[in-house]
Amino acid sequence: MSEASPAIHVKDVTKEFVLPHERVHTLKERALHPFRRTGSDVLRALADVNFEVPEGEFFGIVGRNGSGKSTLLKCLAGIYRVDRGEIRMRGRLSTFIELGVGFNPDLAARDNVLINGIMLGLSPREALRRFDAIIEFAELEDFVDLKLKNYSSGMQVRLAFSVMSHVDADVLLIDEVLAVGDAAFQQKCFDVFHRLRDEGKTILFVTHDMGAVARFCDRAMLLERGRIEVIGAPELVGARYVQRNFERAQPEDQPPGDEDRVGDRSAEIVDAWFEHDGRRNDVLPQGEECVFRMRLRFATELDNPICAFLLEDERHHPLFAISNEDAGAITGTHGPGDEAVFGVTFRNVFAPGRIYATPWMLHDGGAPIVDRRPRLVTAIVTGLHRSGGLVDLPATASYDRMSERAEA
Amino acid sequence: MPAARITGPSALGGSRRRFLYLAATLAITEFKLRFFGSVLGYLWQLVRPLMLFAVLYFVFTKFVKIGGSVPHYPVLLLANIVLYTFFADGTGAVSSMVDREGLVRKIQFPRMAVPVSVVLTASFNLVLNMLVVLGFALASGVEPRWSWLEAPFLIALLAVLVVGLAMLLSALYVRFRDIKPIWEVVLQVAFYATPIIYAIETIDVSQRIREGIMLSPLAAILQQFRHAVIDPSAPSAAAAAGGSARLLIPAAVVIGVAALGFWYFDREAPRMAEDL
Repeated sequence: MSEASPAIHVKDVTKEFVLPHERVHTLKERALHPFRRTGSDVLRALADVNFEVPEGEFFGIVGRNGSGKSTLLKCLAGIYRVDRGEIRMRGRLSTFIELGVGFNPDLAARDNVLINGIMLGLSPREALRRFDAIIEFAELEDFVDLKLKNYSSGMQVRLAFSVMSHVDADVLLIDEVLAVGDAAFQQKCFDVFHRLRDEGKTILFVTHDMGAVARFCDRAMLLERGRIEVIGAPELVGARYVQRNFERAQPEDQPPGDEDRVGDRSAEIVDAWFEHDGRRNDVLPQGEECVFRMRLRFATELDNPICAFLLEDERHHPLFAISNEDAGAITGTHGPGDEAVFGVTFRNVFAPGRIYATPWMLHDGGAPIVDRRPRLVTAIVTGLHRSGGLVDLPATASYDRMSERAEA
Repeated sequence: MPAARITGPSALGGSRRRFLYLAATLAITEFKLRFFGSVLGYLWQLVRPLMLFAVLYFVFTKFVKIGGSVPHYPVLLLANIVLYTFFADGTGAVSSMVDREGLVRKIQFPRMAVPVSVVLTASFNLVLNMLVVLGFALASGVEPRWSWLEAPFLIALLAVLVVGLAMLLSALYVRFRDIKPIWEVVLQVAFYATPIIYAIETIDVSQRIREGIMLSPLAAILQQFRHAVIDPSAPSAAAAAGGSARLLIPAAVVIGVAALGFWYFDREAPRMAEDL
């Protein structure tokens, strides 16, 4: 086996689904309305996808729901025929798609293992010979004679995963195995991943668990609307995925209304926003420099107003507050119609999650309130690391032994 | 190890051996399921045709009396019912692809294994039921003859027809969901349009209609089975059809249906996972 030729080779693969608006299901409908045009949309699930996976690589595929991951896996598995392009694969293939391999609920474990083993390329004799090992791995020894319909969903997934990992495949396609099953089974999956890796198998692994991607994958790929958005180191792909995910989630979670707004309005906070990367942004990667800004418009004469903002997390815990006074920025005298922008640049040390900002403005001396708009702006802090605290401070640790032990 | 091109699903899936293993395993497990799935198991498979036989036999010998003049009428009736049951069970594959949706959408495998396995299950039943027919025939005084050797050939011909229909119907059903009720009506019509409960020579219709009935492959096969196995004095399929040449039509239907079924299934197989 030469290094040059990859285990999986995907070239210009395009897959489209025609989605009729009104599905003609029966002959009668056909006969009664032979010329009725049922409009249809073409959904391009995969668009010119190109990649290669060398032999022995653990390759992660991530993407949001509907990004084409499962379609890609089904094309690789030979369940869907691609519309354009070419897929080449070396060696025997084993698949674990849509939470299982399609068991017959009326049959007992033995028959289902037999059928699925054959479907995955074993001969009936080979499948029967491996039956005990498969059952043992799935920890279902006590349930061998039970019909599959009486299995819990976790048991079914265990059995399916066990079958697919026992057919001596060279290439494994695994979709979302970690989404179900308890912690013990997940650990077992991880053990299998390690074993398969050591055996030099090629594995394509679809998941939403970025931790698992970072832990196992040699490389990963982010799909977005059927296209490859990025392909490379797992950390890079994971970070981009998290960022992408929240960008899209944003419009559904507009900040709450402005009912709590208070102040005498001698000046107004007309706008406020976060910036990252030199532009307005509501996705703030952890650890990077970010800016909060608010734009002010004055209605009357105002001397030395105080501008401040408060950051809170989802549970209304105050995270951070600062004013121009604290920061040593002087505001000065303003007249009607004047405008100004107050900005605070900070390093984003907050824990991943949603944050809210409340901008406010006070008269000189701290009272009364000119304008205060609670939770006017929201943003998502993205990051893979989650310490459990409100912030993730950059830290180093040390450990120094204060006395030597007697023996070396 | 050369890199194989992944072309998507197909009817036979590239590997004949895998297709055969799979069809056989699916058929055996399905058969076992019926065999051990209920308290009386296989008996139910037998009771169904036997009950139909008992009812029809009672009606047509005691009330309607069309069976009285036909030699070995009970044996004929039972054999016909058993053969028809095979035809109906085998073509019951119409919904098989849809029923196995879970498999079809999750694994690449030779798609044709599914309808073929249904026909295989039906043929296991047929073999067991035929043993009952055999015992019944011998007990009723039907004498073994060399022409009995025609029986496997006739059953094989019927099986080819059934496999063709199973492929055609199961592939059609993926797209058109009213194929199933339509086929149930066709089966019902076929039951009465075929000489199953009556003997072809006893019905009071014109010669043309009698010969027309024999153009149906099911009727021709059953008629020849009767002539070869049960009653040599009964007209052979050729005689009933009005000449051997006319048997070319049912023969052509069998071959045509099988070819059409294979062609259509093969054409649809790659897209079945999406259309389901």
